[in-house]
Formats: sequence, structure tokens, C-alpha cells
Amino acid sequence: MSDSDRHINFTLMRDHILALQDVETERGKKRYWRSLEELADTPLFREFVEREFPQQAEEWHDPIERRTFIKLMGASLALAGLSGCVFQPPEKIVPNVKQPEDQVPGKALFFATAAPLFGAAIPVLVRSNEGRPTKIEGNPDHPNNRPTDFPPEDPIRDPRGSSATDIFTQASILSLYDPDRSPTLTFREDIQTWTAFVGQMRSILDEQRPKQGVGIRFLTESIISPTLGALMKELQTALPQSKWHQYEPANRDNAFEGAKTAFGQPVNTTYRFDLAQRVLSLDCDFLAPAFPGYLRYSREFMARRRITETNKEMNRLYVVETTPSTTGATADHTWEVKPSEFAGLAQIIAFSVGVQAGTTRPLLGNEGPFAPGSSFDPNNSAGPVWIEALARDLQQHKGASIVLAGDNQPPFVHAIAHAMNNALGNVGKTVFYTDPLEVNPVSHRESLKDLIDDIDAGRVELLVIIGGNPVHNTPADLKLSPERLQKIAKQKDTNRIVHLSEFRDETSEWSHWHVPAAHYLESWGDTRSYDGTVSIVQPLILPLYDGKTAFELLAVFTEQYDRKPYDMVKTFWQTQRSGQGQTQAASATSNQTARPTATPAAQVTPAPAPSPSQDFETWWRQSVHDGFMANSAFQPKTFAMNSGWANQQTSPAQQSAAGTFELVFRTDPSIYDGRFANNGWLQELPKALTKVTWDNVAIVSPNSAQQIANARDNGGATKGREHYVPLVDIVNQQGQKITAPLWIMPGQPDGVVTLHLGYGRRLAGKVGTGNDGELVGFDAYPIRTSFEPWFTTGAKVTNTGRDYLLATTQLHFNLEDPKFSTEERDIVRSQTLEEFLHGTGEHAEEEKHGHPTLYPGYDYKDQAENAPNYAWGMAIDLNNCIGCNACTVACQSENNIPVVGKHEVVRSREMHWIRLDTYFRGFDPNHPEGVNFMPVPCMHCENAPCEPVCPVHATVHSAEGLNDMVYNRCVGTKYCSNNCPYKVRRFNFFLYQNWDQPTYQLMRNPEVSVRSRGVMEKCTYCVQRIQNAKIQAELEDRKVRDGEIVTACQAVCPTEAIVFGDVNDPHSRVSKLKESERNYSLLGELNTKPRTTYLSQLKNPNPEIKA
Amino acid sequence: MQDEPQKPYTEGPMHSTSPVIDPGLTFASVTDKISSIVLKRKTSLAWFFGFAISFALFQLMLLAMTNLLFVGIGLWGVNVPVAWGIDILNFVWWIGIGHAGTLISAILLLLRQRWRTSINRFAEAMTLFAVAQAGMYPIFHLGRPWLMYWLFPYPNTMGIWPQFRSPLMWDVFAVSTYATVSAMFWFVGLIPDFATLRDRARSKPFQILYGMLAMGWRGSARHWHRYEMAYLLLAGLATPLVLSVHTIVSFDFAVGIIPGWHATIFPPYFVAGAIYAGFAMVLLLTIPLRKFYGLEGFITMRHMHNMGKVMLATGLIVGYGYIMEAFFGWYSGNKYERFMIWNRMHGPYSLYYWALILCNIITPQFLWFKKLRSNLLVLWIISFIVSIGMWLERFVIVVTSLHRDFLPSSWGMYQPTQWDWAMFIGTIGFFFTLLFLFIRFLPMISIFEMRTILPEAEMEE
Repeated sequence: MSDSDRHINFTLMRDHILALQDVETERGKKRYWRSLEELADTPLFREFVEREFPQQAEEWHDPIERRTFIKLMGASLALAGLSGCVFQPPEKIVPNVKQPEDQVPGKALFFATAAPLFGAAIPVLVRSNEGRPTKIEGNPDHPNNRPTDFPPEDPIRDPRGSSATDIFTQASILSLYDPDRSPTLTFREDIQTWTAFVGQMRSILDEQRPKQGVGIRFLTESIISPTLGALMKELQTALPQSKWHQYEPANRDNAFEGAKTAFGQPVNTTYRFDLAQRVLSLDCDFLAPAFPGYLRYSREFMARRRITETNKEMNRLYVVETTPSTTGATADHTWEVKPSEFAGLAQIIAFSVGVQAGTTRPLLGNEGPFAPGSSFDPNNSAGPVWIEALARDLQQHKGASIVLAGDNQPPFVHAIAHAMNNALGNVGKTVFYTDPLEVNPVSHRESLKDLIDDIDAGRVELLVIIGGNPVHNTPADLKLSPERLQKIAKQKDTNRIVHLSEFRDETSEWSHWHVPAAHYLESWGDTRSYDGTVSIVQPLILPLYDGKTAFELLAVFTEQYDRKPYDMVKTFWQTQRSGQGQTQAASATSNQTARPTATPAAQVTPAPAPSPSQDFETWWRQSVHDGFMANSAFQPKTFAMNSGWANQQTSPAQQSAAGTFELVFRTDPSIYDGRFANNGWLQELPKALTKVTWDNVAIVSPNSAQQIANARDNGGATKGREHYVPLVDIVNQQGQKITAPLWIMPGQPDGVVTLHLGYGRRLAGKVGTGNDGELVGFDAYPIRTSFEPWFTTGAKVTNTGRDYLLATTQLHFNLEDPKFSTEERDIVRSQTLEEFLHGTGEHAEEEKHGHPTLYPGYDYKDQAENAPNYAWGMAIDLNNCIGCNACTVACQSENNIPVVGKHEVVRSREMHWIRLDTYFRGFDPNHPEGVNFMPVPCMHCENAPCEPVCPVHATVHSAEGLNDMVYNRCVGTKYCSNNCPYKVRRFNFFLYQNWDQPTYQLMRNPEVSVRSRGVMEKCTYCVQRIQNAKIQAELEDRKVRDGEIVTACQAVCPTEAIVFGDVNDPHSRVSKLKESERNYSLLGELNTKPRTTYLSQLKNPNPEIKA
Repeated sequence: MQDEPQKPYTEGPMHSTSPVIDPGLTFASVTDKISSIVLKRKTSLAWFFGFAISFALFQLMLLAMTNLLFVGIGLWGVNVPVAWGIDILNFVWWIGIGHAGTLISAILLLLRQRWRTSINRFAEAMTLFAVAQAGMYPIFHLGRPWLMYWLFPYPNTMGIWPQFRSPLMWDVFAVSTYATVSAMFWFVGLIPDFATLRDRARSKPFQILYGMLAMGWRGSARHWHRYEMAYLLLAGLATPLVLSVHTIVSFDFAVGIIPGWHATIFPPYFVAGAIYAGFAMVLLLTIPLRKFYGLEGFITMRHMHNMGKVMLATGLIVGYGYIMEAFFGWYSGNKYERFMIWNRMHGPYSLYYWALILCNIITPQFLWFKKLRSNLLVLWIISFIVSIGMWLERFVIVVTSLHRDFLPSSWGMYQPTQWDWAMFIGTIGFFFTLLFLFIRFLPMISIFEMRTILPEAEMEE
């Protein structure tokens, strides 16, 4: 208290108080008082009360004190801002007095759900450790994953369903825990409550309702979820004048347009690859994760390539493509064709197959799209030799062949594919047509155009963007640019743009309301897999960041604006099943249905399908538990083929002008259309063909590279400028320009530049954009137009003269000096089926006899009397590997492998325990004979070179033949890595793991050590899974069954190329594979006796076509 | 120099023209001359200048090490195909340099090469300091250097011995034994000289200091007897070490299965290389020192010639090693070995290989000519080139073998970072810091041994 306050006139006070005794006075009525001062009611006290903050108020007039005060206030405000940004996930602490059923601490639970990342959903089983989702596996019970029936009596056939997933699904667990996810609902950058948001939306709705919602526009991605579709329709009914637009950069417009041409309506095509003996892909990358149904297709396709005792036949894949793809790498015959010549070529093939595709025989330009050496006169009748041979081969397999057209090919090619399937009698046998998965399969281009037109015409008053990132990924001519979004805002001078997304991205930046979206592992929902089978999306964890689902956001615009997603989904299906059973109100979390089993491997029998008479609740619980609704796949339909369309080829093949290039746009193999840009696992995943990480590149052929930049080598070490490639400017016909690093790809057609979409995100997060706003990769959207979304001609490519640093994990494509070629090193073995069936089998002999040695080997069969005597081993069938990279990501997820970042990859310090090596065959970089993929995990050599050189016993051999790594004992001499001929060891040069990020701590697999700085690590054959199975077997007093242990890479492999098991057991699947004549050891001549062996690749070329 | 020059000492008629010691020296003048550098001469500005630079670089090393300890060895350029870079290269280089000292002291002592006397003290000091630099690298190249003691076989609660099959384990013993024996040998050899300094020092602290180091040496016959015996025994102990250390260091590579490492030729060729590098370094340091401190009387042209000849001989052995490596690469027919040699000659690091051939095979050929051997400048330049050449040799062995081994998919490149260089330059600074302190505070030439080779010491039995 300052001095003035202390000066109380006690005399005066005493008088006042005494006066109170006179009850008649006004003051005497005071019943309650705080102090004697108040009771006395002195002027001093009055002043004291009137001044709210007596001390500071006084200092306000003191010039020096006031400034200090303001300084302090300012500082505390600023500091308050520092802590205010962090929004911690709410933590509820509940003592585990009553242990929940099924929950044993330390034992993982598995929940079935589905991953609706884009397009058709992937059914998954998610591992939950103490309530934290930690790993995603495929759902082996799902009808899409049922065991393949072919080949019959396959000794290695897995009796379980496939638990395969793709890289995107695997990596989605990292997105769940991404600390960059948007934590709060914001309004113009300010944190707001959901209630405030709902309030404003309701008031806009009140204003719009009389106008039937004329100013309201919803922009979504393709909607597959039936419930969400019903909700959208409900909205359309309630607000008939509002519009629903759909846009996704990688849409199926072409496929639907093609189907419309052929059948008059959009269809979804499904295939039976297990019944197909000949497959022709017209630029269709069906063995890559972006293709709907890819998991099942690749598994069944590859099953037909498995040679067994009884089955000596293989299917044959022809690929005609515009840029090298993993599908092309897998094919028996691949032809690279310029996009402008593609449609014409497809027409010729169709004609040769017998489709009346046009009354006149199509003509081709002078630069025929044909493989060099083929003697085809374009004006001659039937086409080049290979087309005839191909057509003959297809015709000989009528009803057992498939023709596919890629989503990036124009509708005409799709129509041709339909016509060819029709002509070949495949429809109903290997090719089926169903309703589209999409609730409303509109043309995305048209839909977006409508929206843009409405915005430009000022008709949009409220724009609700559900997911997607249109500001970034809309085409150049229909850009949902910030200017357009501002126009909406200006029009009403209110806050009219809402964006729901997981990240604060480029679109959120220009939206007024940004609503954080819940991850699919946090939300209820439903979706369909490629054949229409419905899966319930079940959450495994409460939203970490207060995210909302599309259901919740859209419900705001309906009458019942506070519906919960769980209720919506359940109610929808209840209505669908027309009131069967009774409704039971149950809370969302208690309805989570855990699977009782501990590991997915142990699940053998699928739950029995509920009979229709079962009440709804039982059916519902069963469907949620199983992860799919039984018998919900779309029924195949038959459509009549239109005629007459073939004559009207949409746009005649534009020949490129001399000196210009054709552009091919593709979604990125790692980050798709850019939605996974902030996912470190995907960013650091080397793309199968280029091995580039953290960047996209402009892919050209060696000849074109020479022409553009006089470059012969990709960042060739020989030039001493390792990892540096030329930067080029690419200008499209409309004059838009981007700058991209040039990458030479053997096999790329000359004069064609392939660009991958999705990179160059300005606001993706710390991973996808970089710390100091440095962009990751380049953005190809600015030169992509809506009318030529996948191909364009007439682009100019010029060298800027600058260099660009690229992080690749494999520099050379080994088309170097033949003297030292990969072939001489005998790394990947590839032979034709013919050679194999009539081969001498000399390699097999060599493999069995091994190398002479003075030292007796360790006897893994007879270690101890009562020991189970296991000897773990792995066989990788190169014939089945499609280079999908899923093993690498799955391993990263299972084994807590860190992401190191671009600059560490440049220094070759990536940490992947299993990598995918890519080798090109042949000596001509412009026309390689093919591509081979080779997944390389640790070989677990019996004579491991790494073991004797470690001075501290940090890497030792187990009695079961595992080459164990003891992290705690490692001092980091790195000698083991030097001495490893396979270079599978990875070293923590820095503290790569993020030890501080709390969400990452939730994500990690608790059964695997998190490695610190300075220790070596490598593949363990998922030793934690081995131990789990051994413990279980010991409890049940039995040996571990074959197939009980599934390594992470094996589980995720869609083509079952990786098989793990006990090589002591001659009946195990791995032993049977190792018995094969194709089995060989990588670098076997070093006598390391690797436990991981490979089976050589087989190709089945058409003998009539010379390679 | 008032005494009349006496009959100079000669070993034989062929050396009559170049004696091992200036004929004009006497017992007194030898003692005076050598001890005055330590005791009387004013410390020159040049010494301070040199010391300051070395000391600054030494600080750079400390900085590099501290940073390394806090951040991780990712600061260096090592990566996965090339997990050993210039850290191990420098280790081998420094160890190699450390070879000349013991060779001169021990082997030449046993072989009764009396000319060694003038240079042994200095060479031994150089050995010790070089080994000290070398010893730091294996510790700091570890991912977790604070656990380096796990490499020693000590009883521990973990109940684990080190892995005795690992060459790195052998290194621990080889290098530490070598360092210990060299230090003892050096110190024992210094005792009589410490006594001389003690007796001649004029300031009390130095008298006490040298007195303690002299360990009560009084020069009695019994002392001399025991001294001679101890010295001879230590020489006997040190001799096999000269051969063993670099043999074992070469095992680090020869035991590995990497093409370019896995060769039986490595032990002899590494030992020869080490002696080669060691003599080059002795010459590199002796030539300016001798000039600066006016020691031409002690370190005569005879020494220069001899050292030149040793370099020529070892250089030829090393050259033979290179030729054999290439020959076996071709003759073995092994595709990996053949590629390794091809890659050395034509790969991305071919420049290093050809520079190495130039430095280590071509340059020493000049030493065939007596005229060139007599030209100190030429000799110094050749030594300098050879020192660089030996560094390049280790680069070629360590880096080019690793960067392209068996699987082309794993091939990579290696680029040392600024921290690699900071550490390397820092160790050079540390080396010279120690060397400067040595020449300032200790007799760089053995006083009493020099006296034994004076003509005065000639005794008629």
C-alpha cells in the first residue's frame, strides 16, 4: 500500500463509527461491512473504492513507472503467446481398477477398420497397444483378401487371407501422430470454438434457407462413403438450390467418360486376374497402389506367375505405356509410346484383335510409335509384327485375357479397352462391370468448372470445402485461386469459406473457417473397397487434436446439426436394412469391438456371415468386428455396347512440333497428389524406378537429356558433382512455366517429359515444406490444364544452367561398362520360362553343395535335447516382386525406424532396414531390356562377416541362426557395416529419432527398442514377432507352426513374394521355396551362407516377338 | 673450438668423407651446445610464433572434439558404404609416422648403427607425439566414444569380454603397447640427460623439475650398468613392436572381406609404408630444425644420406606392393578384385590413385642420385611429397575400397566435411604443440650418447 492509503484519519473514523450507534441515521442501516473503514465510510475509503487499482492507477501518472508497467505487460503478453499456441491433447486419467475385458497390459489388440485415404478403401486391422494405434495390417478376413485359389497345390500357398496393404495405408499411422496436424478450429487465424462455428453457419443457413440455399456450394473429393453420400443427398433435398461439386486432381473422369462412350453410363470395372492368362495394359499402372483393387489384382496376377510342380504355365503381361512404370517393369513385353501416338496405336491393336474400331484403318504419323527395329509401314495393313503377335496371343486366350486402360488415357482408349474385352469375350469371365463406387460419379472437370464459373459470376455466398486442397491442386485454367476465394468473401463482406482438413494447408490459409479434420483412425464412418464391399470405419483413439469428421461438418447444415458420426452411420445402415432389429442407443466408444486374438497371424477362420434374420444389432456388431459387411459387394451388371463411337476419335493425335516435348503428368508414387506431402516415411521412400527421395523430377530419356542439357548421367559420381542434376525450365503451350530438376530414365520415350504431381507444397508442414519455407520438390500443377490433365504436347524445355541437389539412394542404373556389369556380379537372376523349364539347373547344384571349408558348420538341427531347434530363414521370390515399396514402409512402422531428412539421404545415411534395389538390364540406356527389383533385408548370414569384426560383441549369432544386434552393447565402430557385403546395416550418425515429440512416443512399437545416437541397427527378421510366437507356442507346449510368424515385410507384401519360416522344418513354406531350382544366394560365392535367399525371376515372353 | 681437432671418428674408409659428428666437437662443447638450447638460449620469437600457431590449431581440435561429443559423428563425412573416412585414414597415417622413431631407436641400436644417435631422441619424441594423435582417432570415431573402455578386457558386471577375434581389439593392444613401450624407451633414454640438465639449470624450479625427472641419477658405474641393461632390454622389446603395430593395423583392412582390403600383402607393405612415412616425417622436421638451431655438427649429411636411402628402399617396397596389388587384381580373375583395381584407376577417385603413384613411386626415384640426396631442399620437398603420398595411399585404401564394393545398389561417395578437416588440422596443431614444447624444454639430441661417438670417447682397449 502506498503511503497515502495508510494515512487514515482515526479520529474521524471513530466519530463516524460512534455515529453509527445512532440507528436512526442513514448510515446506521448498514448490515454488512468489509472493514472498519467501510463501516466508517470515510471520504478516504470512498476514494479507495472508486479507484479500481489504487496502486497502479497512481503509477499511471508517473511517467517512469508507467513505461515499466507497459513493458512488463507487453512482455507478459508476448510470453503468454508462446505457451498459448500449444494445445495439449486432453488426458484423462482413470485408475484401472476394473480391468477392461480383452485388455492385458503389454498385449496388443487388433481392431478392424478401413483406410479411406483416396479412392477405394483398403480394409485394415490396426494394432492397438494400450489404446494407441501403432501398426496397420491388412484385414485377412476381408473378402478382397481371401487366399488365392491359383495355382492349385501351391506348396507355398498361405492358408490365411492376405494381410497386405500399400505404402499409403502403412504410412497413414504417421499422419495420425503428425505434430503438424492442425490442432484447433480457427477463424481468420484465431482459435474459435466449434459452437461459435456452428452458430455462424446456422445464421448463414437461416439467411439462405428462404433462398433454398442458392448461394451455398459444397466442394468435396470423390465421395465413396454411402452414409456421407446419403447426407449429401439429404442436403441437396433440404437446400435444393445449393450445389455439390467434386474435384480431385487424380480423378476417374477419363474412365467414366470412356464407359459412357462405350455403355452410355459410368461403370466400375473389376477384374479377375486369377483367371486371366494374357493381360494387356494400355498405359494402366494396375500394379501400383493408386489403382483401385491393386492389392487383390497384384496378388492374383502374381499367383498366375508362380511355377509349381503341377503348374508350368504363366500368364503373360503386355504393357504399352507412355512412361516407365513398375507395371511396365514387371511385364513380359513393354513398349514405350509417346502419348500423342497412343490412341492411334490402341486403335490399331483393337483393330487387330477384331474390334471394329472405326470403318477406316487408322493412320499413324511418320514417327511410328514402334520399338526400334520393327519393320512397320504405317500405311500397310495390319501393323507391326508385334501387334499382330500380340493380337494373335490375345485371340488365342479368349475369355481368359484382360485389357486395361489407364485412368490417364483419354476416354477413347477406355472405350477401346471395353470394346476389346467385349470382342475377346472377357466380359463376365475376367472382366466385370458394376455400379461406380462413387456415390455421384460426375465429371470432376465439369464440376469444378461449374464452381469456378459460379464464383466468377458472383453466385457463391458460402463455400464449404470438405477435404482436398483445391488452392494447390486445381488445374491452371480452373484455379481455385486465392483471388477467387477472396471474391466470395468480398461479395458479402462476411466470412464465407469453410475448409475441413487435417492440416492448415494452402486452402486453409485462404479460408475463413478452418476446421481440423479427424484422421480415419479417430473417426466413425463407412466406405467401400474396389468391388463395393462396405467397411465400417471404426476409431481406435479419441481425436488427438479435436478433429471433426466430414459427417459432423455436413450435419451442421442439416436440421439435426449436432448428430454424431457414429449415430449417422449406424442409423443409415439401419435404414438400409429396413428397420430390421431394434435400435440400441450405445455410446460410440463402448461399441468398439476388439478382436480377441493377439496377432493377425493367428486368425485363420473368418467369422461366419450373419444370416439375414439376425437382428440389426448383432449384424452391426459383427460387421464392425469383421471390418466389412458380408455380401455387400456390388453385383456385376451387363451393359450393352454402344456402337459408332469408334469412328469419332475425340481429338486427332496431335503431332508434336519439332523441338518441343510432350508432357506426361502422373500422381507421385510416394505422395500421390500431394496429400501425403507431410509424411516423412513417404517422402523418404525411394521411388521404385528413380530412387529419388524428397523430390520429384522431370523424367526424360537419355537422348532427350543429351539434347536438353548435354547430360549423360544422373548426378554421376564420375563428374565429381555427385547428386547434382541440371535444372530445366518447362513451359507449356499456354506459356505457364515451372522449373524442375532433370532426371534421366532409361526406357523413357524420347521427347517425352514425365512430371509427378503433388510436390512443391507451400504450406504442407515441417516435413513437406521444410523449416525455412524451403519447398520440397517442384509444383507441377501450374502447367497442368483441365482439358489436358494427363498429357500435353508442344512444351518447351530449356536448360537453366543451374544445378540442383537431389537425394537418391542408388545413383547408377548400371548400364555402365559391360565388363563390370551387374550381370557379371550375378546379383539379380532373370530367365525366361522356356529357359527355366529346359534349363540345366546348374545354379541349383552349386547352391546345394556350398563351398568347401575346413571349419565344421554350426548344427542348427541338434542344439539340445528338448529345444525346439528352429532355424529362421527367408525366401524372396523376385518373380513376384512388383517394386511397390510397401515392405520398406511396413518395416519402418514396425521397427520404429527414424526419418533422416533430405540432407542425410544425400550423404547416404538413410535408415531403411529393407530396401528395394533396382537394376536395369541391358547395355543401351535408351532401350533397356527390362528392370529388376530386389528387396534387400539383412541376409542373416550363417558366416556373417559383420560378427567377428565387432570388438565388443555387439552383433552376435543366435542359436536359431539370427544375426542379432545388441544396441546397448554397440559402441559404434561401424566396422560391421564396412564388412557387410550387402550393406544392410544402418548407423545412427546423429540422434535421428525424435525423442521429445509426445505424439511420436505414442506411435512407436513398444516391443522394439528406440535406437539412440551412435549405434548400428539393421533388420532383425522382426525378432519381436518371433519371440511372441515362441512364447505362445511354449505356453501351448508345441512348436511354432509354419506361417505363425509373419515378418512385417512379409505381411504387407501384396504378391506374397516374401516368405519367412523355419528352414529346419522341411515342410515349411520357406523350405519348399528354398528347394526350388530358382533359389540362389546373393553373393553366394563369398560363402556367407545367407539365410535370406532369392528365387530368380521368370519372364514369359511371346516367342513370336523378338525382344 | 679452441682445441685442436683430433682424429675424427670413422667407421671405415668409405665413410671418411661424411662423418656422423662434426669432428671439431668435444665432450664439453657437445654438452654445452645441446643443453644451451634448453637452458641458456633466449627463446626466439620464431619459436613463440610457431608455438602460437600450433597451439591455436590445437584449440581447433578441442573444439572439433567437443562438438563431436555433443552432436555426433554425423558431423563427419562418413556414411554407409564409406563408414570409415579420413578418421581411420589419419589414424593409420599418424601411426605410420610414429614408426620411424622406434625403428631408429631400437632396431638401429641393436644393429649397432651408430649414426642413429644423433636423431634417435628427436625421432622417438616424434613417434610418441604421432602415436598420441593416432590414438585419439579410434576413440573419437566411435559412435559412442564415452564407451571406449568397453574395448578393454576388464572385469565387469556385464560379464562380457571384448571380442578377441576383432582386429580392432588387436589394435587396442598393439597401439597401447606400442605407446607404452615407446614412452618408456624415450624416458629411460632421457634420464642421464635429465641429470645433466638438473646440474646445469640455474633456476630453482627447473632444478627441481629436472631433478625429479632424473630420478636420482648420479652417473655412478652401477647406474650406467643398469641403464645400459634396461635400455638394451627395452630396445629388444620395442623391436618386434615396430613390425607388429603396423601389421596389426593392416589387419583392420586385411581381415575385412571388402575387395581392396582383403589382401595378404598388407602386413609387409604396411610396415614398409610406415617406415617410409616415418623417415619422410623425420627428414621433414629435421632439416629445418637442424638449420635453425645450428645442429649441423650433430646431424650431418651422413644422416641425410642414410635416411634418404632408407626412404628409397622402403619406397621401392611400397611401390612393389602397389604393383602386386594391381597384378593380383588382374591375375586372380576375381571379378570384384578386377573391378576394384579398375575403379581405382578409372573411377571417381582415380585422381587420388594417380597422385599416389606419382608421390610414392615416382618421387623417391630421385633419391637414387647422391647429388639430389645431398641437396637439402630437394630432400625436404621429396619428404613432403612422400608424406602427402602416404596420406593418399590410406585414402585410396580406406575410401575407394569401400565406396564401391559388392552390390552396385549400395555404392556411394565420400566427402570429408569441415569437421573432418578441423580434426585433422587440429591433430597436426597438437603434434607441433608438443614438438615445440619438446625442443624448448628437453634436449632434442641425446647429450651423453653423442659424447660416446666423439673421437674423445675412442678408447684403446
